[in-house]
Amino acid sequence: MSDLDPVTLVVIQNGLQQVCNEMDLAFCRAAFSPVISEALDRSDGIYHRDTGELIAQGDLGLPVFVGTMQFSTQAVIERARDIKPGDIFIVNDPYLGGTHLMDVKFVKPFFYRGKLFAWLANTGHWPDTGGMVPGGFSANATEVEQEGLRLPPVKLYKQGVLDEEILSIILSNIRIADQRIGDIKAQAAALGIGEKRLTGLLDRYGAETVEAAIAELKSRASQRMRARIAQIPDGVYRGGAVVDSDGVVDEPLRIEMKIEKRGEELLFDMAGSSPPCQGPMNSVLATTKSSIYLAMKHIFPDVPINAGTFEPLKIVDPEGTFLYAKYPRPVSGCAAEVSQRIAEAVFNALVPAMPDKLFAAPAGTSGNLALGGYDPERKRAYVMYMISGGGYGGWHGGDGLSNGCSTIGISKTTPIEVMEQYYPVLFEEFSLHEGSGGAGKYRGGFGVNYTIRLRRGEARASMVMDHGRTGPRGAMGGEDGGLNRVTIEHETADGVVGYTPPHLSKDQDIVIKPGDRVRVSTPGGGGFGDPKQRDKAAIARDIERGYYTPQQIAARFGG
Amino acid sequence: MAASWIVGIDVGGTFTDLIGIEPQSGKVALSKVPTTLENQAFGVLAALEKAGIALGDTATIVHGTTTTTNALLERKVARVGLITTKGFRDSLELGRRTRPTPYGLTGIFEPLVPRQWRLEVPERLDAEGGVVTPLDEAAVREAVQQLKAAGCEALVIHFLHSYINPAHENRALDIATELWPNGYITAGHSLLSEYREYERGTTACVNAAVQPVLHRYIERLDGELKKRGFGRDLLVMQGNGGTIAAGIVAEAAVNTVMSGPASGVMAAAYTAREAGLPNVITYDMGGTSSDVGLIQAGVPQVSSELELEYAMPIHVPMVDVHTIGAGGGSIAGIDDAGMLKVGPESAGARPGPICYGRGGTRPTITDANLALGRLDPAGLLSVDNPVSLQDVRDAILQHVGKPLGLDWQQAAAAILRIGNDKMAGAIRMVSLSRGHDPRDFALFAFGGAGPLHAAALARELGIPKLLLPARPGITNALGCVVADLRHDYVRTVNKPVASLPDMLVREVLQGQIAEGRDTIARDGVAVEEIQLLHNADMQFQGQSHLLRVSLPHIDVSKAELQAAFEAAYWQRFGVELPEIRAQLVNLHTAVIGRRPRLTLDRLLMAKPADDVNGARLGSRDVWFEQGGWQDTPVYDRERLPRGAHFAGPAILQQLDTTAVIEPGNAVDVDSLGNLIVTVTP
Repeated sequence: MSDLDPVTLVVIQNGLQQVCNEMDLAFCRAAFSPVISEALDRSDGIYHRDTGELIAQGDLGLPVFVGTMQFSTQAVIERARDIKPGDIFIVNDPYLGGTHLMDVKFVKPFFYRGKLFAWLANTGHWPDTGGMVPGGFSANATEVEQEGLRLPPVKLYKQGVLDEEILSIILSNIRIADQRIGDIKAQAAALGIGEKRLTGLLDRYGAETVEAAIAELKSRASQRMRARIAQIPDGVYRGGAVVDSDGVVDEPLRIEMKIEKRGEELLFDMAGSSPPCQGPMNSVLATTKSSIYLAMKHIFPDVPINAGTFEPLKIVDPEGTFLYAKYPRPVSGCAAEVSQRIAEAVFNALVPAMPDKLFAAPAGTSGNLALGGYDPERKRAYVMYMISGGGYGGWHGGDGLSNGCSTIGISKTTPIEVMEQYYPVLFEEFSLHEGSGGAGKYRGGFGVNYTIRLRRGEARASMVMDHGRTGPRGAMGGEDGGLNRVTIEHETADGVVGYTPPHLSKDQDIVIKPGDRVRVSTPGGGGFGDPKQRDKAAIARDIERGYYTPQQIAARFGG
Repeated sequence: MAASWIVGIDVGGTFTDLIGIEPQSGKVALSKVPTTLENQAFGVLAALEKAGIALGDTATIVHGTTTTTNALLERKVARVGLITTKGFRDSLELGRRTRPTPYGLTGIFEPLVPRQWRLEVPERLDAEGGVVTPLDEAAVREAVQQLKAAGCEALVIHFLHSYINPAHENRALDIATELWPNGYITAGHSLLSEYREYERGTTACVNAAVQPVLHRYIERLDGELKKRGFGRDLLVMQGNGGTIAAGIVAEAAVNTVMSGPASGVMAAAYTAREAGLPNVITYDMGGTSSDVGLIQAGVPQVSSELELEYAMPIHVPMVDVHTIGAGGGSIAGIDDAGMLKVGPESAGARPGPICYGRGGTRPTITDANLALGRLDPAGLLSVDNPVSLQDVRDAILQHVGKPLGLDWQQAAAAILRIGNDKMAGAIRMVSLSRGHDPRDFALFAFGGAGPLHAAALARELGIPKLLLPARPGITNALGCVVADLRHDYVRTVNKPVASLPDMLVREVLQGQIAEGRDTIARDGVAVEEIQLLHNADMQFQGQSHLLRVSLPHIDVSKAELQAAFEAAYWQRFGVELPEIRAQLVNLHTAVIGRRPRLTLDRLLMAKPADDVNGARLGSRDVWFEQGGWQDTPVYDRERLPRGAHFAGPAILQQLDTTAVIEPGNAVDVDSLGNLIVTVTP
């Protein structure tokens, strides 16, 4: 046995964490595309040599990647042959432990003194991987081939050397290829930093001790999660969430979430959820599981993440539902939208069990609007993304935050002053979506209203949003949050003609002419607790600030 | 004698520190008095009195104050009204789509200006500065009147794209100036002419919110000083590490936020330069948190990215100080996975560590230091302290030892080990995120607890040298004394380098130089020379993060810009991307008015001993990671002779600090009384 004392255990835990944090940092600082460098849409981690299980993951990674890369690392382990130091596998196949195609994983074997010790892996969201729409977020793809280039695990680097042939295949199939080389180098360099730092840790404490610590840390994390779960009363809790539509067939997709708490474990069963859908709102199994992990991490934020954390969370494979999509189902909406609905179903199932830890449903949509066109003045094509926040749910200690980031993201909005520098648009409004916070003892936070007017050239608008049909659910007697709304206003000879997408929150290739407007209102958060119990001073303040009209107050807060 | 004393007074959370220097005679005066929170001026006056410096003999007082920082954190600020572009009054409430922490979906945010006092007027510029909608002047008048009637004391005018064209803001400012009852009006572009509406607008609102508070405070202090015979220059420290005349400080009151940490870093830069160590990481360890700063080639790093609290960005140039949540009061305990955890929970000043005897019951880093002999156990002997050394050891055993199967000594050692490990990790991340490897730096440790941990931190980080200044406990006050006048300017350009108009860079920089020279003239303080620093924020087109490149002169060519950026990029990221074009985003100018140099060789006033042994106070048992308990010599830091050389282990005691020198370390006392410690890896 090794000499693993309680102090060394903590020091090694911090050391592993530090290795991952440094990889996160190196990746985003050197990455070229703003999606990674500014939106932080990436993650880095260390994975078990044989099982691919998560050993440690960077604190600065995007939340949606909690636990996901262990599935892709497992896929690499199953397929990898003849692995050598310096090899790096590239993989983005959603069905092999992925998310959507844009999340490209690099997986590198880590050798210590000539022996395979672990795997280092990272994910970066590439701005484009080919497919029918720039950026990959099609609202109505019906098979994965339309969504972009799909890569099974292949060695992009062989013993440290970039394979120019594979690279040329990739670059020939994606848009804005010339800028991708910067991201590829950054992504590989981050794993190189991890290699160096992990070697340092092993040199200092010895492979055997670190190995023992990793096993011990897994069991401690499991113990910790179990201790938290034990606080929940035994029982069966049910929750649910609704995706507006799949973008192709205008029918809601339902998630049925049954959570059984027994002893120190939670059993998640999504049987009864809608069957696989035609449009891109399917979720692959890895994303479905990660969404549950993510939800639990939001509920217990201080529990560290490794494979042990997830061990007491038992998930029944949701066979036959849209939450377990198989080839060739389109999946581009799974990471940005469906994942958030799954998390929402976990939240609303567990609120009654832990009202002092939880919150009413947050807006929970990434609010992705893409405007692609040609700017005749600058003579260039562009694709503009406008990702929006919405209201968070009220909670036991206060009202929900307004304009919070999607539950799976942590990135900031691009300032309007920057958007207008890059694209031929004028924002006419960026304001608080009044009345959208669900009424409650603690009201929901507010969504956002914005209006974009196209100044020149023609463009096409596409959007993948959600909560246009039902608002984020209230909790403990609180009211649901306000709905997402999209309207296009066309300037015509007969005045303004409005257009509302038939699927409310999802549409593609709407023609926009100069002078036309796109108006979006994002959802508010659900209310928490009985609105009649809301503090009178808080109500007076809500009126004074114009958050609600006096009529809304009377109708929704009971006077 | 003519008025000649130069006095620095820094107000900290607990103490107000003073250092006075008389340049001709080299005389030094020091004092330390409790900070008077309700009005910091009382503490300032008390410190002056205690130091025995006659105000009639004083040429300059440089004052570091936490008035604005505290006002913001406690939200004891002026009522502010905002006039902004139609359609955008909620920008400052909606923020940048964030939440307080990556995990967990709860939190509270209160906008600095509540919604009913944020009014819109028709006006709109586009991103090129062209007028889309002309300014509705009648609407401005009406809004000003409305806000006045609502009882707002300060006013902000904040329009979209004012960084590229300030015409609308300037016109609205003229109108408001006619109608507003006082001078508390802030136009967004005047503090920083940089894009990003949330950050610029919030910075303007912060300025307005603290402007009346600071103005009243400085007026009162100035009046009190005059009453006591002071007739010369009163300067105030700013967050950029420079000073400004008291008479104009309130115009850009926001610049005084975080001036305390900045002055600490300035003192460190000054001291390190004199000691011949140009690259330094500063570590100021206090009770609840610690501040980390970086000095490169003798110059403190400056950035404009401070977030004072959740969603309160303050984007004016400030010395880049990163606060980490670990200090002497960090509490040690066992988490529900049975693992030892140190911090982030802190005992603060109340109840404080157990050994303070103010009712603390859970062991802290300070308690572990005491139990292991690193802090003097005799310090507990004060009559009114109800706590014994045994109590401290028992608590460590109870809360940490027993659950882990350790005795009290092992447990105390474990607390230090984990605490140091965490702090070292945080220092490492701070330097890496700014593109530096800590091993290329020396560690400058100050604050009450810095010198206790510095040797262990340096060892953990692979830092070869440690600098322990002569007086670690009054570093911020020293920073006030040595700071120069400094005014910073930023202007957004945001154009590809290839398509920059020929004279643009020169014109922008010249404009900023002129503004700076004008402000130094208005400071009305004698300076020896004016120094100019120019920097450019650049990026590759299509990329979003910025890299700062220093500009050698104002006639920099496009080719020079491109080359300087590529070189900086290569140095930072090790990636060459020649095929991609560079973009010039912002141009910065710092205009620095150099004040006369001071020599700092008299900071230690006690008569030095003849040799190291002469400074020895005795010895005690001290625990070290290397070799456990050792009988360790204790020296009176103040009496160590210049030029002395000795080896660790050692404990160095002085009035407000204890330094730990580990076994294997080598100590040199330099000619200024600083200790240069060579750390054994």
